[in-house]
Amino acid sequence: MTTTEARPTDRKPPQLVDMSWDPITRIIGNLGIYTKIDFANREVVECHSTSSLFRGYSVFMKGKDPRDAGFITSRICGICGDNHTTCSDYAQQMAYGVKPPPLAEHIVNLGEAAEYMFDHTIFQDNLVFVDFCEAMVKATNPGVLARAERTEAPRGEIHGYRTIADIMKAFNPFEGEVYKEALKVSRVTREMFCLMEGRHVHPSTLYPGGVGTMPQPTVFTDYLSRLMRVIDFVKKAVAMNDDVFDFFYEALPGYEEVGRRRVLLGCWGAFQNPQTVDYRYENMNSWGKDMYVTPGIIVDGELVTNNLVDINLGLRIMLGSSYYEDWVNESPFVTHDPLGNPVDMRHPWNQTTVPVPQKRNFDDKYSWVMSPRWFDQRTGDHLALDTGGGPLARLWSTALSGLVDTPYVKATGHSVRISLPKGESLPETTLEWRIPQWSNTIERDRARPYFIAYAAAMALQFIEEAMGMVRAGETKVFENYEVPDEAIGCGFHEAVRGVLSHHLVIKDKKIANYHPYPPTPWNASPRDMYGTPGPYEDAVQGQPIFEENGPDDFKGVDIMRTVRSFDPCLPCGVHMYVGKGKTLTTLHSPTYGANHG
Amino acid sequence: MTTHSSTTEVSKEPERSEDRQGIDEIHILWISEGMSCDGDTVSLTAADQPSIEDLVLGLIPGLPKVNLVNKVLSPSLGGEDFLAPYRAAVRGELGPFILVIEGSIPNQNIIEGDGYWTSFGNDPETGEPQTLNWWIDQLAPKAWAVVAAGTCATFGGIHAMSGNPTGCMGLADYLGWDYTSQAGLPIVNVPGCPIQPENFMETLIWVLYHAAGSAPPPPLDHMLRPQWLFGKTVHEGCDRGSYYEQANFATDYNSPKCLVKTGCWGPVVNCNVPKRGWMAGIGGCPNVGGICIGCTMPGFPDAFMPFMDEPPGSTLSSLVVKPYGAVIRRLRGVTNELVNHEPRWRHNKHKLTSGYDPHWRP
Repeated sequence: MTTTEARPTDRKPPQLVDMSWDPITRIIGNLGIYTKIDFANREVVECHSTSSLFRGYSVFMKGKDPRDAGFITSRICGICGDNHTTCSDYAQQMAYGVKPPPLAEHIVNLGEAAEYMFDHTIFQDNLVFVDFCEAMVKATNPGVLARAERTEAPRGEIHGYRTIADIMKAFNPFEGEVYKEALKVSRVTREMFCLMEGRHVHPSTLYPGGVGTMPQPTVFTDYLSRLMRVIDFVKKAVAMNDDVFDFFYEALPGYEEVGRRRVLLGCWGAFQNPQTVDYRYENMNSWGKDMYVTPGIIVDGELVTNNLVDINLGLRIMLGSSYYEDWVNESPFVTHDPLGNPVDMRHPWNQTTVPVPQKRNFDDKYSWVMSPRWFDQRTGDHLALDTGGGPLARLWSTALSGLVDTPYVKATGHSVRISLPKGESLPETTLEWRIPQWSNTIERDRARPYFIAYAAAMALQFIEEAMGMVRAGETKVFENYEVPDEAIGCGFHEAVRGVLSHHLVIKDKKIANYHPYPPTPWNASPRDMYGTPGPYEDAVQGQPIFEENGPDDFKGVDIMRTVRSFDPCLPCGVHMYVGKGKTLTTLHSPTYGANHG
Repeated sequence: MTTHSSTTEVSKEPERSEDRQGIDEIHILWISEGMSCDGDTVSLTAADQPSIEDLVLGLIPGLPKVNLVNKVLSPSLGGEDFLAPYRAAVRGELGPFILVIEGSIPNQNIIEGDGYWTSFGNDPETGEPQTLNWWIDQLAPKAWAVVAAGTCATFGGIHAMSGNPTGCMGLADYLGWDYTSQAGLPIVNVPGCPIQPENFMETLIWVLYHAAGSAPPPPLDHMLRPQWLFGKTVHEGCDRGSYYEQANFATDYNSPKCLVKTGCWGPVVNCNVPKRGWMAGIGGCPNVGGICIGCTMPGFPDAFMPFMDEPPGSTLSSLVVKPYGAVIRRLRGVTNELVNHEPRWRHNKHKLTSGYDPHWRP
C-alpha cells in the first residue's frame, strides 16, 4: 500500500461524469489530466495524468563528449535548465574526480538561489495564484468571495491589504497590483541570476570543474543591491500567502483534504558546502549531509534516510503505462557502485530508453512519462514519492534532519527559522515554517513563498563568504582535469520543483549512458507495473470537490489547484475541459485511490 | 476569465504593403507544443524593453490591440476553454492572427501506426491526441504572419541533433523555405536557445507595426532572421575581442581574456548577445566568461561539439594573429607605461613650471 488511504464518507448513488483538462495551462510543458467525477458525492473517483511529448535526450546523448552534457541537458527545461546544468556538472565532477574551487561553488549557489527566487515567484504569483484570485474565486466559489470581502486580513500591517478579498484582487491576471509587481520582481531576480550564470534559462558560464564567471567585486555588489531591493517583497509574499491559505481552511471546512496524500516526500538536497564537498561517491553520505538544504526521504512523517548513497541505490525506474520498451534483458552498464553495493537493473545507470510511439489507451499505455519509484528496503514497497512541488519536501526534510545551522537559516527538528534583514519599508524579520499536519494542495503552495525567503537568506550568507574570499585574493573559479576513459558519476540536486538526479556512464571518453531524473517524472508519473498511481493521480483521486458549479459549467478549479500545487514542468502540458462533461452510462464501482494491483 | 475570439472574416491581404489598410486588432496564437522546453515563453517574460504586459495592456503607441493566447500565461483553466481561439482559427472564424511556433517540429511520417511525438489537445471527434503537425497544417495557411520563436522552431535545434529518434526539424524545413503567410510575409525566424528576450519582443513589435500599416515588413536575411539583430558576429560585439587582436588567449576559464582556445565559436556565429547583454544589459556569453556554443545557428548543436574544445578553424587564425598581436601588445605596453605618468609641472614647490604665460602669442 504505497498510496493514500480512502476516506470514509456517507455515500449516495454515484453520478459519474468524465472530465478532462488537456492541455493544462499555466504550467511548463504538456500535461493532460483525465478524471471521473462523482457529482452526487462531490469527489473525484479516478484520475489519469498523461504527458504528450517525447524528445529523447537520453537517446541522442549517447556517444557524445561527456563535457557537453551540462550544455545539452539544460535544454530539457525552459524554466529551470540551470538546475540541470548544475546537476550534470555535479555528476561529471564525480566522474572526472575534480573538485571546483570554493568560490565557484559559491557562485553556483548564488545563481541557484536567484533561480529559486525567480522561478517560485513567477510560478506562485503569476500562474498558481490565478486559481486563488478574485476573478477565479468569483467564478467558482462566489460564496467564498463574499466572505473574503468581510474578512479582515490578519497580517495587513505587513502586506498592506485590508481584507482577504483585497489580496485576491491584487492577484487578478495582468491587472492586479501584486501580479504585475511579481513579473517585475521575477526580472530583477533573473538579473541576479545572469550576473552569476551569464544567461537565463540556459546558463553560459557553468562548466564541469567550475565557472567562467569573473569574480570581480562588481558582480557581487550588483547582486547584493538587487537582492536587497526585493527583500521586502519576499516578506510580504509570505504574509499574503499565509492569510489567504488560512482563510481557505476557515471558509471551506475540509479543504485540507484537497490534494492530500500520504506523506511520501523526497528531497535530494541543494546548495553544496564549498568547504566540504569533494564529489567522491565514497564520501557522498557525509558531504550530502553538509548541503544547505538537507536531502531526505520522509514516509508518514518519519525521516527514513538522509544518506545520498541509500537514496541513490533505492532508485527504480518502472514502466507499466509508458510508451517504451523494457530494458531489463539488456546488459547492465553498472553492476556495483564504487562502494561495492549491487546496482539494480531498474536503476537509471542501467536504463536504456527505447521509445515506442503508440495509441493512447488509459487502460494500458497512456504517457511519455516513466514511473520513477524509490525502493523501501524496510517494507519491500516501491514508493511513489512526490516532491511536494519542491519547497514542501525541501523544508520538511531540512526541518526534520535539524542539520542546517547558519547565521540566517536554522533547522530545529520540527521547523525552519529564516531571518531576513531590514528592507526599504519592513524591519528585520524572522519567519518560521513549521512542519504541517498534511501533505496537501494548500501546504504545497504555502511552502513556496517560505522557500523564496530561505533562498534569499542563504544568498546573503553565500555572498558574504564569496566577497570575503574575493577580498582575500582567493579568486580561482575553475579547476582543470582530464576526461577518464571509463567512469561513472551521479549528481543530486534540487530543481525548483523538486528532486533532480543525473546518472552518467562514460566508456572510451564518450557518453555510454546518460539518464536525468527531474522532479516531474516523479510527480506526474502514470500507474506503474504494480498499478500504483503516480502522485498527481493519487492526490487528485478521491479528493473532494468544493466548487459551487455543477457538471454543466464545472471549471474543476479544485483539481487544477492540486495539479498546479506540484508545480508541473513537463516540457509537455495540461489543459482543462470546461465544456459539458460526458456522462458515463456504465457506472464502475470506483476504487477510491486504492491500489489497482 | 474567458478568451475572447472575434468572428470577423479574415480580409484577404493585398500583396503590396502600401495598399494595405492597417489592422486594429490582432490575435497572437502561440503554440509551444513543438518539441520545446518552453524556455522561449519563459524568456519572453524576462523582456522589459518592452515587456509582455506593456504589449497586452496596450501601452505601446501605434500598435493594434493584441490578444495573446499562450499556454503558460493564459488565465484560462485550460482544455477546450483555452483551445477555443485555436479551434476558431482552424474554422477560419478568428480575425487576423499571428502564429508563433515554439519547439522543433517532429517527423510524424516515420511513425508506423497510431503513435505521436507531441500533441496539443485532443481531436474533439475521436478523443485522440491532436498532433502538433495537424495544427500547423491547419493554421499556417490561414495565418496573417508566422513567427518561429527560438532555435528549435527556426532550425531544429538540440532535439534535431545527430542520433535523435524523432526526425525533427525547424518550421521552415517543415513548411518550406518559400512559404508565405496571408500577408505575403515569409516565416520570421528569431533563433536563440532560448531567444534573447528583447530580440524577440523587438521583432514581434516590428511585425505588429507592419500589421498596423505603419512600417514595412521586417528586413530578414537569407535564413529569415532579422538583419539588424543577426547581421554581426558575436566576436564583433564582444568586449574580449581586443584580447584576440593582441593574441592574448585564455587557456582555461579562470581568465578574463579571449576564450577562443577554450571552445568559444564567437568569431563565426551570428548573434548580438555580447553587445546587448542577456537582459537589461546584464549577462551574456563570452563577454561574461561563457563560451559561445553557436546556439543561434542553423548548424547548432552538432557543428559546435564538443563545445569545450577549440574550434578547428581558430587554430589557424589565432596562429596568424600571433606575431602581429605579440608586437602590438608590447608596443601598447610601452605607450601605456608612458601615459601612466603625470607631467612634471604638477608639484607643490614654490615655483610654477606649467609654462604659464598670460602674454603668450603664436
